[in-house]
Formats: sequence, C-alpha cells, structure tokens
Amino acid sequence: MSKLTKEEVEHVVKLAKLSISDQELEKYLKQLGEVVNYIGELNEVDTEDTEPTSQTTGLENVTRADELTPQQSLTDESALSGTEAVHNGYFKVEAILTERADK
Amino acid sequence: MAELVREYLERIKKYDREINSFLTVAEESAFEKASRADEALETLGEAALRRYPLLGVTVAFKDLFLTRGIRTTAGSKVLESYVPPYTATVVERLEKAGCILIGKTNCDAWAHGASGENSDFGPTKNPWRPEFVPGGSSSGSAAAVAANFSLLSFGTDTGGSIRQPANFCGVVGLKPTYGAVSRYGIIAMASSLDSVGHFTRTVNDSRAVFEITKSEDKKDSTLKSGEGVKPKGKIRLGIPREYFVAGLDKEVEKSVLAAAQVFKKEGVELVEVSLPHTKYAISVYYIIQPAEVSSNLGRYDGIRYGNGRNSFGAEAKRRIMLGTYVLSAGYYDAYYLKAMKVRSKIILDFEQAFDHVDAILAPVSPTPPFALGEKADNPLQMYLADILTVAGNLAGIPGLAIPSGFTKNGLPLGFQLLGPRFSEETLFSLGELYQESSDYRPKTAF
Repeated sequence: MSKLTKEEVEHVVKLAKLSISDQELEKYLKQLGEVVNYIGELNEVDTEDTEPTSQTTGLENVTRADELTPQQSLTDESALSGTEAVHNGYFKVEAILTERADK
Repeated sequence: MAELVREYLERIKKYDREINSFLTVAEESAFEKASRADEALETLGEAALRRYPLLGVTVAFKDLFLTRGIRTTAGSKVLESYVPPYTATVVERLEKAGCILIGKTNCDAWAHGASGENSDFGPTKNPWRPEFVPGGSSSGSAAAVAANFSLLSFGTDTGGSIRQPANFCGVVGLKPTYGAVSRYGIIAMASSLDSVGHFTRTVNDSRAVFEITKSEDKKDSTLKSGEGVKPKGKIRLGIPREYFVAGLDKEVEKSVLAAAQVFKKEGVELVEVSLPHTKYAISVYYIIQPAEVSSNLGRYDGIRYGNGRNSFGAEAKRRIMLGTYVLSAGYYDAYYLKAMKVRSKIILDFEQAFDHVDAILAPVSPTPPFALGEKADNPLQMYLADILTVAGNLAGIPGLAIPSGFTKNGLPLGFQLLGPRFSEETLFSLGELYQESSDYRPKTAF
C-alpha cells in the first residue's frame, strides 16, 4: 500500500474540519504514517469469498410506533441550556453565506 | 448511609489529589441520596432491599455517561463545562435500584487510550503504585474501585477499555455482549464496538449489577435480550494458542496458566484452541474504530454546546484524521471494506472455537502495568497494548477480567474469560468458581 503523504494529511484535516499547525502536520504525518503502514498487513489476508461485517447483533430495521410523548423530547429551555449564544429561542450561529461582491 | 458516604468522600479528599480518578465529586446529591436510602430502610425495613437491590451501594460513572445536572466532559476540553439535560439509561436504572452516585471519573478523552494519559484533565495514577498507569480508557473507574473510593463503578469497553484497566488495577471488570446493555445517553466512541460494563471487587457483585443493567430500554435500538447457551455437563475451557505468543510477559503468562490449573482442579476440562486471525485484530480494529470515531466526533462543532473543534486533544485529532483517511474516496475499499471482511474472519474463528469449548481463558494485556510516560510519545506502541482485547469487541462477545495476584514488583495480574454472545451467565459461574476455589479475598490498594 502507498505511503501516507503530506498532501493526504492536509486533505483529511480539511475534510474533518480540524486545524493543525505545520509542526503538528510533521508529527502526525510520521505517527499516522506508521499506523497506516502497519494496518496495510491486512493485504495478506485472503477475503475473496468473505462478506463484510458491519455489526454483530443480527438485528434489522428496529422500529417503533411514530408517536411522541413530551417525555421523549427536550424542552426548548433544556435544548438551549448548553450555549449562551441564543436569539429569540434559537441557536445563534456564525453566518455561512456572504454577500455577493459583484452585486 | 450518610456516614458511609462521608467515609468515601473523606477517602477521596485525602487520596485522590494524587490518584486523580475523579473529575467531579457529587457531594451534595450523594448525601441527598443517602438520606433517601435511610428513609427507605426506616419505612420498609428488610423489604427495602427487595425493592432496591443495590440500596446504599456507591457508584461512580466514567465521565462519558450523561448525568442530568452534573457536568459530563468525556475527559475532553471540548466538553469541559457541558452539563447534560438528560440522563443515561444505565445511570437511571442504577439510581432506581438504590445506588448512590458519588462522582464522575477521569478517562482518556473520548475513551481513546490504554493508559489514562490522554485525558485532557491529567492522567489517573495506578493506586497500587502511582508511578504506573492504571490502564485505560476507563482509568478513573478502575482506580476508584481499587482505591476503595466507591464500591461500584462503570466504564465503556470499545477495544478493552474495561478489561485492561480492571487488569491493571486488580479489580473485576465486565465487558458485556455487544447489545446487552443500553448505550442511551453515553457519549459514543465507535458504535459497532462500544459496550457498557462495570467494575466491582468480586465476580458475585458483577453478576448482581448486570441483572440491573441488561435488557432493552426502547431507546437504544441495538439492544437485544439474549439467552446464551448454557454448558451441558463438564465445562470445557479453551486456551487459545495465539494469545500466548512472543512478547507476552513471563509473569503474565505464568499467572494465566496458574489460573488454568485452578479451573482444572475444579473439574473444568482444558482444551487447546486456535484463533488463527488474532494477529490481524489490531489492524482491523485500528481501521474500523477510528472510522466510526471520525463520524461520531463530527457532531462536536461547538454550536449547541461545548467548545469548538480546536479544543480536541492530540489523540482525538489523530483518530479523526485516521478515520477520515480510511473512509475517504479511493481508500474506502482498500482499508475500511477490507477490515470489515477480516472482521468476519475473526468472528468465524470464535464461532469455530465455541463449537468445542464453553469459554476461553486468555491474558488481558501482554504486560503488567507500564510506567507513566513510557508509551506516551508512540501512538503505534500504545495501540498495540490493546492486542489481546480488541478481538472480543470485533466479535461482539462478552469478556470478564478477573484479578489473580501480583507481580514481584507489586503490580496486579489477572486473566480474562471470553464466551459466546450472551454467555455472561457461564462467565460469572466460572469466575465465581475461580474466586471460591482460590479463596480470593478482594484487596484495596490502601
């Protein structure tokens, strides 16, 4: 399997919405490179006729009636209790859109 | 009961400055619960113990279990001031059974680690010898029972995080069958592997607590009430040859083989078994687990609660990055899908072994507790510490870690029993047999 590159680390940092310094980048490149190298050993295993396992309960499509009771949901007050950035009973967040410059 | 609580709190105040097993001590609510327990005893008399089977038992929860009104951090700065608006099923059940919540315990942040050193609130120390690690990630919970700060504590086991610290701290640790105990209200690490269990001083206590925690709650849809197969006739105990390979510490090996002889003396048949894919378990685990971690930690954006993603510590960042990498376009088939396939092979190994034996006896960790700082700068070495526990999680089977003595340096030794899905009953019976036969007396570190 290929060796982990600096570009790949920068790419996953972006995908995962993390931010790391150049110094950290060097450190993680080395540490993660070793791990990626190690897990490459799975190539030795013949899995041609093997089905993948995603979970071990054997349960499928566990459902319940679509009915809600007040006990099943949080009050507005509880739901908002984890932040101080509240406006009119809503979470206040950073703007994600900017005004078009060409208008 | 108030006196009992006061005794525990005094011990915590006196010794936990050094051990660092608690992140939050729930002094006020513990006294309140204690006086309610006293009331129950007064009004109901003996009947109180039937209604509340764990009346007056102090319990500490790994700081991954949501407790309404009591800060829950996951050992991470991201949640350093998070106070949850609801309570985990397991916590509710324990309180209903009469337990007294005494506090929330330290752990590797987000349960990522095998030593406790990844906590953003400082490492927990091993109560037997503070210059050694207590194991992880449920470090504080294991240490709290070993140090007699609480009679009972809870943890989560995703790759060994209950069994390994139980082993390092000389207490009993149960990792139940995947899907036997509700995970509702417990901060998720890797959802196809996480299981919720507990630390006690004896196997008998472990059994009593499992009676309370197991079974469906209509909230966690992965729950199942299973009836395990009970051994017919003479119990057969498998010794897997792949768990006794190079690198296994001599004292560890000797103590596990000595435990085998205790079982043999009691009429248990010892059978050599083979789990040929054991050596790949760590690679499978370090693909599947970080993949699920990267997904589960995606929700921590600092908007609705908690701090932003800059607050993640180094190990969380490593796992998020590794998981994102193995799931990313071009690598999914090579790593993630491949790991899911080898996982099937590991499960098949166990199924074939359990055709011949009722349970398996194995070491928990290749070494006794290691020194603080010894592996802290080498993530791959730290990951390899999980080598004998992760296969149990990949297969979703139960494991029971049992103490068996001490090294010549005074550090705990022990072994684990693994069984087929929902075979907890068999594991408890074997564990009780061992503790009775070896005339086991639980000890606390000081």
